[in-house]
Amino acid sequence: MKPLVLWSDALIYLLVISLSIFFYKLRQDPQTRERWGQVFASRLGMVTFTVIIAYVGIALLDSLHFRRALDATEGVESGEIFYDNKVTSVLDVMLGGMGERFERTYSAPFALKSFEKKNMKDEQGLAIRDYPPLKHAGQYLADPADKWFDVLVKTTAALLWGLVISALVVGVQWFMLRGSANPWYASWGIQAVIICFGVWLVSISHYYHVLGTDLGGTDVAYQSIKGVRTGVLLGTLSTLIMLPIAVTLGVMAGYFKGWVDDVVQYLYTTLSSIPGILLIAASVLLFQVYIDLNPDFFSIGMEKADARFIALCFILGVTSWSTLCRLIRAETLKISQLGYVQAAHAFGVSHTRILARHILPNVVHIILITFVLDFSALVLAEAVLSYIGVGIDPSMGSWRNMINGARSELSREPAVWWTLSGAFFFMFVLVLAANLFSDLVRDAFDPRTSMRSSGT
Amino acid sequence: MTHQTGMTPKTDIRMRVRNLKVKVADSGDEILKGVSFELQAGKVFALVGESGSGKSVTSMAAMRLLPEALVITDGAVEVEGQDLFELSESRMQTVRGQRVAMIFQNAMTALNPVQNAGKQVAETLRLHTTLRGDALRQRVLQLFAEVGIPDPDSRYNFYPHQLSGGQQQRVMIAMALACEPDILIADEPTTSLDVTIQEQVLELIRDLTHSRQLAVLLITHDMGVVRNTADEVAVMYRGEIIERAVVDDFFHNPQQEYSRRLIDALPDLTHFQSVAVEQPLLQLDDVKVYFPIRQGVLQRVVDYTRAVDGVSLTIGRGETYALVGESGSGKSTLGRAILNLDDIAGGRITFKGEPIQSLPRRAMLPYRKKIQVIFQNPFSSMNPRLTVGEIITEGMISLGLGLSAAGREERIKQLLQRVQLEPEFSQRYPHEFSGGQLQRIAIARALAVEPELIICDEPTSALDVSIRAEVLDLLQELQREFGVSYLFITHDLSIVPSLAHHVGVMRSGKIVEQGSAQQLLTNPQHPYTQALLASVPRTDPA
Repeated sequence: MKPLVLWSDALIYLLVISLSIFFYKLRQDPQTRERWGQVFASRLGMVTFTVIIAYVGIALLDSLHFRRALDATEGVESGEIFYDNKVTSVLDVMLGGMGERFERTYSAPFALKSFEKKNMKDEQGLAIRDYPPLKHAGQYLADPADKWFDVLVKTTAALLWGLVISALVVGVQWFMLRGSANPWYASWGIQAVIICFGVWLVSISHYYHVLGTDLGGTDVAYQSIKGVRTGVLLGTLSTLIMLPIAVTLGVMAGYFKGWVDDVVQYLYTTLSSIPGILLIAASVLLFQVYIDLNPDFFSIGMEKADARFIALCFILGVTSWSTLCRLIRAETLKISQLGYVQAAHAFGVSHTRILARHILPNVVHIILITFVLDFSALVLAEAVLSYIGVGIDPSMGSWRNMINGARSELSREPAVWWTLSGAFFFMFVLVLAANLFSDLVRDAFDPRTSMRSSGT
Repeated sequence: MTHQTGMTPKTDIRMRVRNLKVKVADSGDEILKGVSFELQAGKVFALVGESGSGKSVTSMAAMRLLPEALVITDGAVEVEGQDLFELSESRMQTVRGQRVAMIFQNAMTALNPVQNAGKQVAETLRLHTTLRGDALRQRVLQLFAEVGIPDPDSRYNFYPHQLSGGQQQRVMIAMALACEPDILIADEPTTSLDVTIQEQVLELIRDLTHSRQLAVLLITHDMGVVRNTADEVAVMYRGEIIERAVVDDFFHNPQQEYSRRLIDALPDLTHFQSVAVEQPLLQLDDVKVYFPIRQGVLQRVVDYTRAVDGVSLTIGRGETYALVGESGSGKSTLGRAILNLDDIAGGRITFKGEPIQSLPRRAMLPYRKKIQVIFQNPFSSMNPRLTVGEIITEGMISLGLGLSAAGREERIKQLLQRVQLEPEFSQRYPHEFSGGQLQRIAIARALAVEPELIICDEPTSALDVSIRAEVLDLLQELQREFGVSYLFITHDLSIVPSLAHHVGVMRSGKIVEQGSAQQLLTNPQHPYTQALLASVPRTDPA
C-alpha cells in the first residue's frame, strides 16, 4: 500500500487547517462570537451545519488516497513491488467495496435482473433472449418473491446497528456538552439519521444495488457518494481561490481610490462583460490541450483528472471574483470615510496598519456571507457546465457527469430514472443545507438585518 | 379656502389618548407605561423628551403604525368619540389621511424622488377628494402658496432633490394639509433642518394651527422649539409623562428635576468667556480647499467646488475658537484641512510659527501629536472590533510616545478616570457604551497623545441635551487643566456663549464675521449673523 497525495487532497487539507485557524482567531472577537452564537442558537442552524459537516467529512475521507500493492506475479521474483493503477480512498474502504461490484449495464434499484435483455443459452443449450440475473444482487435468494422480506430483515438489522452506533456517538457528545445552551439535540437527531442511513446503505449494498446501476454497471449509490468530494471541493476551492483576489483588489480600490480604483474597476467591468460560460469553456479546453501535450507530468490517470479538476476550480474562481470585489470596494469606501479611520489618519497610523486593523476586520462579514452564498452557486455551476461538455474528467465521480447522462436515459422507454435521482438527492441535500445555513449566517452578520431586529 | 376665521375660546378636544401602554412583543419590556393627553383645536401640544423616551412610539401607536415587534397592551385613542383601536384597518386608513395627517423628520426620504412635488400632492388629493384636472392643479398651487413655497407655479414641476430642505418640509406639510385634516402629528419636523429654516417652518406650523384650527401634536427633543411653538407641553421620560403644563408656567416654574435639566440646557446669552491675552497657536492665512468637479468619459476637471474659499483665523493658546455655520458651509472641511486629511488648494497653515500645510505623511507625524480631533458621531468614530484600551493606545503606539506596555496600561487608566469613566472599561467594546460615554472615550483618545489643539467637529450634536451639557463641561475642565486649545466646529449657536472665547461665522466657504464671543453675539454686524442669532431659541422670549 502506498499513500498518494493528489494536488486537490493537499489543497483541501491545507484549507481545512487554515479555516480552523481562521475561525479560532475569529472566536476571540466577542462580537463575532455573539453572532455565531446566534446562528447556532437556532435548530435550523444546528441541523444544516451538521449536514454540511457530514458532507465535508465524506469529502475529507475521500481525499485520503492510496494505491494498493499488487500481488507479485507468479514466477517473477523481484524485490520491486508494483502498485495498482487504480487509486483507492479511505472512503472506498469504509463503503465496503461498494464500488467494486460491477454489473454488465443498467439495473433498476433493488433489481435482481439486468435492465436489458441479452442473448443467453439456457440449460438445454438453446439460445434465448432474456434479462440476465445480476452478479451482485440477491443471488443467494431461493425464491425471488422473498426479496422484499429479505430487504426488510436486513434493513431492521442495519438500523439496529445504526442506532447502537448513533447512541455511542451522541452519548459521548452529550457527556461533553452537558452545560451548553445551544440546541444540540437537533444536531444529534440529524446525526443519528445520517449514521443510520450510512450503516444501512453500506450493509445493504452488499446484497443489492440500492440505487441500481448505470450504463457502465457501476453502483449509482457509490457514484453519488463519490460525487460529494467533487461537489464540496469545487465549491470551496473556487471560492477560496476567488477570495484573495477579490479582497485584495476590492480593499485596495476602496481605500487608495484614484488610479488604483480605476484600474480595478476597469478590470472587473471588462471581466464581467465577457460571458462567463464562454470564458470558462475556453480556459478549460486550453488547459486540456496542455495536459494532453505533457503526458509525462502525470504518472496515472487519476492525476490527470485531478489536474483538470483543479484547473476548473481555478478558472471558476478567477472568473467569479468581480461581484465580491465590487461589494468589498463599496464597503471599504464607506468605512474609510468613518470616524475611526479618519481618527487613525489623524494619529498618523500607517496604511498597512489601518488596512489590517480597521478595514479588513470590518469587511469580514461580507466575505463570510459571500462565501456561503457562492458555495451553493458553484456546486450548481458544475451541473450547468455539463451542457457544454467542459468540466470534470469523466473518470472522476461527479454529480454533473451523472446528470449529463440523464438526457438520453430519461428519453428511453421505460426511463432510467435512478442515476438522475441519486445525483439529485445528494446534490439537493447539500445545496439546500448550504443555502439555509447561508441565510442564517447572513441574518446574523448583516448589519442591516441586525438593525431591523433591534430597532423599535 | 374653507378654514374658519375668528378664534373660538372654548376648548374643543379633537383627540384624546388615554392610558396608552405599549410593550415589546418578545421581551415584554414596557415602552409606554400609561400615557394620557388631549389635543385641542387651535393649540400645539408638545411632547418633549430625549431619544428613547417613547415620544415617537406614542404617535405611532396612536395611528396604529407600530412596527410588528411592539404591541399595544392597553389604552384608547379617541377621535370624535370613536376609539381608533376598534376600527377596521380600511376605516383606519381613511382616518389617517383625512382626519389625522402626519409629517416626519426627514422630508427627503418621505418624498418620492422620481415624481415631481406637485404631482405627489395632487396624488393625495386625487385619493381623498373628487377634484380632477385643472381644479386639482389649482388646489395644489393654492396649498403651495399657503405653506409659503415661493413661485408655486414653477415649483409644481420640481423634483424633491431640486427643492431645499425647508421647501421639502413645506411640500410635506402641503401634502398633509391636502385633505383638510383636523389633527396634525409632527414628529421632529425641523430636526434635520438648519436653524434659520427651522424657525420658518415652525412659524408656518404655528400659523396653520391658528388659521385652520388644527390640533397639533408636536414631537421634539428641542426645548427651544417648544418654547417658540407650543401652547402646552408634556415631558416624557422612560415611557411616562412626568410633567405636563402650559408652556409659560413650565419654563418659569418646572416641577421636576429632569425638566429643569432640559430647560437649563438652553443657552444663556448673558454670560461669556472672558478673552485672555493670548499667544497664537494656530494661524490660518487665506486657506482654500477645492474639490474638483469631473465630467465626461475622461473625467476631465471642469470646475471646482469651493468648499473653503479663503479663510483666515487665529487660535490662541488655551482658548476656544468656535466656528459656526450651517451644514454645507465648509466648516468640517476646514477642520480636515488643518489635520492634513484634505489637501489644500492655497493659503498657509502655521502651527507655533511653523508652516504645516501639505506636509508629507512622515513630516506631519510630529504635528499629529499636537493636533487631535473629536468627531461628531461617537458611534462611527470607534472601530467596533477593538477594545476601548486598544482604541486609546492606537495613537500612543503610532506616534511613538515611548511608553512601555505597562506604562500605556497605566496611562489608559488615568485617562479614563480623567474623563470620568471607570478604568475597568478599557477591556470593553464600543457597542457596550452610550453615546455620551463614547464621546468621553473619544476625548480620552485625543488626550492620549497630549495635544495642544483639539479640533472638535460637532462633538455634541449627536447627543441628547442633558448629556450634551456634561460633555461640554468636561471639555472646559480639561482646557483649564491642560491649557489645550479647541477649534469648536458647530452649527448650534446656543452652546457658543458658555464655551468660546472667539467666534467665526462661516457661510459658503467664507468667514463672514469673526470676533470675540461677547462682541459677536451681543452686537452682530453681518446680516447673516443676525439671522442666525435671531433663530436661536431661548428661554426668555425676546
